[in-house]
Amino acid sequence: MTGAPPAAAPPVRYRVTARTAETADTASIVLEPVTDALPPFAPGQFAMVYAFGVGDIPLSVSGIDGHRLTHTVRAVGAVSRALHGMRPGETVGVRGPFGTAWRLPDTPGADVLVVAGGIGLAPLRPLVERTLAAHRRTGGPAVLVGARTPADLFFAADVERWRTAGARVLTTVDRPDPQWYGEVGVVTTLLDRAAVDPPRTTAYLCGPEVMIRAAARAVVHRGVAPDRIHVSLERTMHCGTGHCGHCQLGPLLLCRDGPVVTWSQAEQLLSVREL
Amino acid sequence: MTSAPAATAVIDRAGLDALIRVLAAHGRTVVGPTVRDGAIVLAELASGEELPYGWGVELEAGHYRLRPRPDGAAFAHSAGPNSWKTFLHPQRERQWSADRASDGGTAFRTDPPPTVSYAFLGVRPCDLRAIAMQDRVLTGGPHADGRYRSRRSRAFLVAVECTEPGATCFCVSMGTGPAAGPGYDLALTELVDEDGHRFLVRAGSPEGEQVLAELRLRPADPDTRDEAARVVREAADRMGRTMPPVDLRALMRDTLDAERWDDVTARCLTCGNCTMVCPTCFCTTAEDVTDLTGDHAERWRRWESCFDLEFTHLPTGPVRSSPRSRYRQWLTHKIGTWHDRFGSSGCVGCGRCIVWCPVGIDITEEAHALNQERRTVADRQEMP
Repeated sequence: MTGAPPAAAPPVRYRVTARTAETADTASIVLEPVTDALPPFAPGQFAMVYAFGVGDIPLSVSGIDGHRLTHTVRAVGAVSRALHGMRPGETVGVRGPFGTAWRLPDTPGADVLVVAGGIGLAPLRPLVERTLAAHRRTGGPAVLVGARTPADLFFAADVERWRTAGARVLTTVDRPDPQWYGEVGVVTTLLDRAAVDPPRTTAYLCGPEVMIRAAARAVVHRGVAPDRIHVSLERTMHCGTGHCGHCQLGPLLLCRDGPVVTWSQAEQLLSVREL
Repeated sequence: MTSAPAATAVIDRAGLDALIRVLAAHGRTVVGPTVRDGAIVLAELASGEELPYGWGVELEAGHYRLRPRPDGAAFAHSAGPNSWKTFLHPQRERQWSADRASDGGTAFRTDPPPTVSYAFLGVRPCDLRAIAMQDRVLTGGPHADGRYRSRRSRAFLVAVECTEPGATCFCVSMGTGPAAGPGYDLALTELVDEDGHRFLVRAGSPEGEQVLAELRLRPADPDTRDEAARVVREAADRMGRTMPPVDLRALMRDTLDAERWDDVTARCLTCGNCTMVCPTCFCTTAEDVTDLTGDHAERWRRWESCFDLEFTHLPTGPVRSSPRSRYRQWLTHKIGTWHDRFGSSGCVGCGRCIVWCPVGIDITEEAHALNQERRTVADRQEMP
């Protein structure tokens, strides 16, 4: 018997202990178990987070600290709006951990390239933290971040800390404002300055599907092997346990076989329109 | 395959009534075919009287009619509008509930597992395989559906081999019939001829043997056994439909961009009937409801169809917004990518999706057309 939670099991109670507004529509909520905790989450995995009476949605973990979980949620639908509006002291239900995790490089000392678009930075944050912890003696990861506007950039304090710890963090926005002196353009324009050695590089990509496609192709073009490019994909999920069928992408059930898959698995599937 | 003679017997119509009584006496809810609303449906049976004696069916794409049969046979009909998933994987089921206390805390409560013990009478070989496929989907992965499993593990299956395939049947193409495969507790073969109306019965499990032991039986004579084998064997030659004799999984993989999808989409209403009547379609949606106090919430699971636009809802819009992509999803999953995830095809050849399609779309015709298109494209490419 595995430690996997049974299907149709009720959520486990977690209390919101902190909330940070990240942007105008995005907030991070820190959750601690009320009594029993779920099994440990790994970076890249997701939870189904339930707001009372509204429903639950899949949310990747954006922070892992023992049994304390952080989720970064953008208010776009009924459930995400309810979770976004949660205040410390309120209770949510959590199911999980579900899905595949980011696989850290097999070889120590490999170059790590992280490419994030918008909210896609959230599932990558625990990966960056782990990479920095593992890479203390070598070069830190290259982290490329794209956002729509400067106001949509978040995790600013983390980014400063990552830079201090040796990460090379580059940011760009689609639409600058008068105060923006940084890069303008899609995130792939930062690749030339990532300073990674493609044959020794493992890449991690998360963001809108169109960004993932463009970034993965650009990274492959620079010489990174497709099976060393890890991408996190998004599909509708209701059960998290592989039974509801919503998250199917060709031969994959993304709640179980994903959300993290390699580009060698995803490339052909994402090239078929509306698969 | 022939069973050991010791495990076989012959019962008549009274014996079938007795079988139902024995199963009910064991505390089982006996479900079987019966005539209702102009169709042969699966429903709870109070006695053998309710079986559809003397009724057959006339099937075509988008067409279903009951037809009286002078021979009085009970099981000389093929798949009806519902299937056993209605009972094992019900259309709507509560999964858990939540109550909010005055201090803001929430208590989650799971419903006790279902305790119903079904006896399914008249499980067609195709449907027997369909049940095995749903077993694989719902209990074969890392997270088992405990509610399904508790119903399934208690269910007693009485298969009835097919002797009268319908015009929309193609179980032979899918390798699921007309003879009963493994998984039954008892298997019946109905015979109506000059020697009378009788059923060859054989046990497929210790529990089946135990039930047989409680019935008054006359042992099966060699003639009856031979005759039963013959009618099932001959039924295999009377399938109304076939699938193209190619690797369907590869066919689906090779034709994702075929023009045929546009042709079928011009007819498909995306109503989802095919997914509702399919005995293996398992997709569900989560429904959250609250009562009027707002302090009691429930999570329900109900059948959902991949033809529903909301099925692939994302904040950016549905992934499969075109009807073309939704029909393609259904067919390529059913006979293609089902292999990748569950180790077999997801189609058993029962023909329900053909019969209950309001515009008569025929899964076998579509597969043949895709195969033809693939061949034509390949021929064109080979030309200098």
